[in-house]
Amino acid sequence: MSTSPANEDIVTSGSSHQDQYLTFLLGDEEYGVDILRVQEIRGWDSVTTIPNAPPFIKGVINLRGTIVSILDLRERFGIQSVEYNDLTVVVVLRVKSEDGEKERIMGVVVDAVSEVYHITKNELKDAPDLGYAVNMSYMKGMATIDDKMVIVLDIDHLMSLKDIDDAEESGKEAAEG
Amino acid sequence: MSQFHEAFFEESFEGLEIMESELLELDVGEGDVEIINTIFRAAHSIKGGAGTFGFMNVSEFTHVMETLLDEMRDGSREVTQFAVDSLLLSVDVLRTMLEAARDKTDVDEEMVAMRYAVLDGILKNEEGSVSATEVAAEPEVVSSDQPASDGMSRWKIEFAPHADLLMTGNDPVRMFRALSEMGELAVSVDLDKLQPLAELTPEDLYLAWEMTLTGKVTEADISEVFEWVEDECDLTITSLTSETVSATPAPAPELLASIAEDTASNIEPASTAAPVSAVAGNAPANTKTKATKKPVEAASIRVGIDKVDELINLVGELVITQSMLDQAGEDLEANAEASSNYDSEASKANAEILLRLSKGLAQLERNTRELQESVMRIRMLPISFVFSRMPRLVHDLSSKLTKKIELVVSGEETELDKTVMEKIGDPMVHLVRNALDHGIETPDVRLAAGKGETGTLTLNAFHQGGNIVIEIKDDGAGINKAKVLAKAVEKGVVSPGDDLSDDEINNLIFAPGFSTAEVVSDVSGRGVGMDVVKTSILSLGGSVSVKSEEGKGSTFTIRLPLTLAILDGQLVTVGNESYVIPLITIIESLQVDRKYINQVAGKAEVYKLREHYIPIIRAREVFGLPTEKRDLHESLMVVVEVDGTPAGIIVDGLEGQQQVVIKSLETNYRKVETMSGATILGDGTVALIWDVNGMVNVHKRKLSNNKIRA
Repeated sequence: MSTSPANEDIVTSGSSHQDQYLTFLLGDEEYGVDILRVQEIRGWDSVTTIPNAPPFIKGVINLRGTIVSILDLRERFGIQSVEYNDLTVVVVLRVKSEDGEKERIMGVVVDAVSEVYHITKNELKDAPDLGYAVNMSYMKGMATIDDKMVIVLDIDHLMSLKDIDDAEESGKEAAEG
Repeated sequence: MSQFHEAFFEESFEGLEIMESELLELDVGEGDVEIINTIFRAAHSIKGGAGTFGFMNVSEFTHVMETLLDEMRDGSREVTQFAVDSLLLSVDVLRTMLEAARDKTDVDEEMVAMRYAVLDGILKNEEGSVSATEVAAEPEVVSSDQPASDGMSRWKIEFAPHADLLMTGNDPVRMFRALSEMGELAVSVDLDKLQPLAELTPEDLYLAWEMTLTGKVTEADISEVFEWVEDECDLTITSLTSETVSATPAPAPELLASIAEDTASNIEPASTAAPVSAVAGNAPANTKTKATKKPVEAASIRVGIDKVDELINLVGELVITQSMLDQAGEDLEANAEASSNYDSEASKANAEILLRLSKGLAQLERNTRELQESVMRIRMLPISFVFSRMPRLVHDLSSKLTKKIELVVSGEETELDKTVMEKIGDPMVHLVRNALDHGIETPDVRLAAGKGETGTLTLNAFHQGGNIVIEIKDDGAGINKAKVLAKAVEKGVVSPGDDLSDDEINNLIFAPGFSTAEVVSDVSGRGVGMDVVKTSILSLGGSVSVKSEEGKGSTFTIRLPLTLAILDGQLVTVGNESYVIPLITIIESLQVDRKYINQVAGKAEVYKLREHYIPIIRAREVFGLPTEKRDLHESLMVVVEVDGTPAGIIVDGLEGQQQVVIKSLETNYRKVETMSGATILGDGTVALIWDVNGMVNVHKRKLSNNKIRA
């Protein structure tokens, strides 16, 4: 289970337009991300913590000479966190910034990696509005595969650090005002 | 074709730089032919390249410039200040046109048209004066070159170009056209060398010509037509008028060669290589030209900066791997010593292996260090890249401010990191503007003060320790201390009673919102200048200071680290993590003694360090970690300097000092206020590098937050 950057040709060809998604587990829930954005999958290893970072930012690791930040998806979603174990993996993703100009490499901590599915555009349904319970902008949609529900994530929004920036800004203003 | 575009643009921009610097060298009036030639060649290559790649607007525009330069070159046009200024502005226009072509954006057609019209105007309007100068110039030339009869002369020109002439971009047709403009021209072609069609290489030239030219021409006029191709042909010019046969192929080759040498030593070799060697080879020596050209071509290659950075990254990894191995080797040795008592036979063999291993490791360490140093050196460039912007700036500003200024530059070969270079340009431009605007006085003021009419601005760069020092020195009025002090009091930067040394007063100009200029000009003096200069220099890990003497001038001194890639750091621990503090910010480290701790307003703690009271900053508090003990007695304190004021930061542990490779935290995360970056330690883990400034800011904010709550 090491690097598996998918070949772009395979996915974009074909008239029925299928996208491939890598899914992983958080408890009983299964989440999917666009496989083209997955750079590699690695086991959990200790991180260097960043002072004053929000709780879902676990810290940074050395990924072959590059400093990569690690985000805990359970904490990001506000799901009860679990002890990391041998199965705990970090999915390293390529995330686009808000303006779409820069690409960031970030890792997400998930319970385990599950499957790779082909999901067509038609199979991908809009997620129902769940009000304040879930931040809708993190979701691209939902799909049913073998009677199981897979939540497809919009990783660019999910991994966006904009809300941390905003929180910090307001904190600064409060201190200065 | 598009893959060559990048090279074309890079070369063109280099060409523009050459044109700019040479135009500034050009004296009004006489106009050094060699300088004009250099400018002409640069313009010519841009024109040619632009034509080839289909940037017709660029090529047309350059053509007008070229025409003007051509007339200056052959002496038919005087070099006026107006023409030089117009050419300089045209260089700017050309640069924006090229930038637009490169970025595929639209160019401001109106601006181009206007500039074009000005150039065209120069060419047309002054036609009358052209003939005047021509007439004036001619007798001189004629008298020196040839005893004139009635001014008319006949010349026989044997022109046998080498086969590769066309490959150099020269076209004989153009030369014939030029000759036919001088007088009556009769041409006959020699087809002897022409190959049968099957054996003919289309790019080679097999023809030779014999011409007779009748007209008011001198030998110099003719050889000038062939000036560009002298190295690529066999040329004989014979006078048919009198019996004195002159066979010198080129006018005074030694003289030209010596000029060429001068220019070569003045300008950066790589960019001017081609034109210089072309002139140096003026003597009839084709081989010589080739010999001088080749080593220059091999002297530098263009490499993308991303490739270099990748290499640096990999070498950084190698250094880490090496130190890991080194650690493992040491552990192994320690183990071996401990167990050597048990089995002597086996341990002897092991000891031998260990010796070999440690030898290999020592060698590996040496090699990696050297490798790292050389790789780092790839990113180093001479500071002339920044200094070369200044002559133009000084030229433009001095005419705008009606001041007379001489620019003296030294130490341009001093090297520094490309990234530092890119970021130091703007602050330097600002300091130079400032020196010209506020420092150096107008000629009448200078004369009244008993100084020379012309002010001197000196730029100097040199290495000192691990830093590069850049000095910007003027011999102007100096800083008016009374005015600065009054302003500082007015702005609340200092209080009226403060006792400040001269240097302290001078350095007040770097305080935010400070400008002492009485009149706000568009050159400088908006009051946003100096503190921005200081902030940008500080952000590069450098410092800036000023020394000034009223009436004598000011010297600004910028100190910068040679590279942003490596940093000398002090390793400390706070909580479970190791951190790196940049060594440059540390004044000292000490163990806290209870009796020097004082409380202020029940919250803030200060420490009495000799005569000064410094704020105590608990790193744990700044990082939001639980404080282990309230009592700081015997804790470790690192005294750092922020903006000239010391502060004591309490850490949990002090470890060794180490040189670390700086990595960006922002690339894959975001900016962290208390951290300036990250690095990878010997064991492969990440350690964050402190931004001491940010630490102090967070500390202050936490203090004021506490106050609000209390």
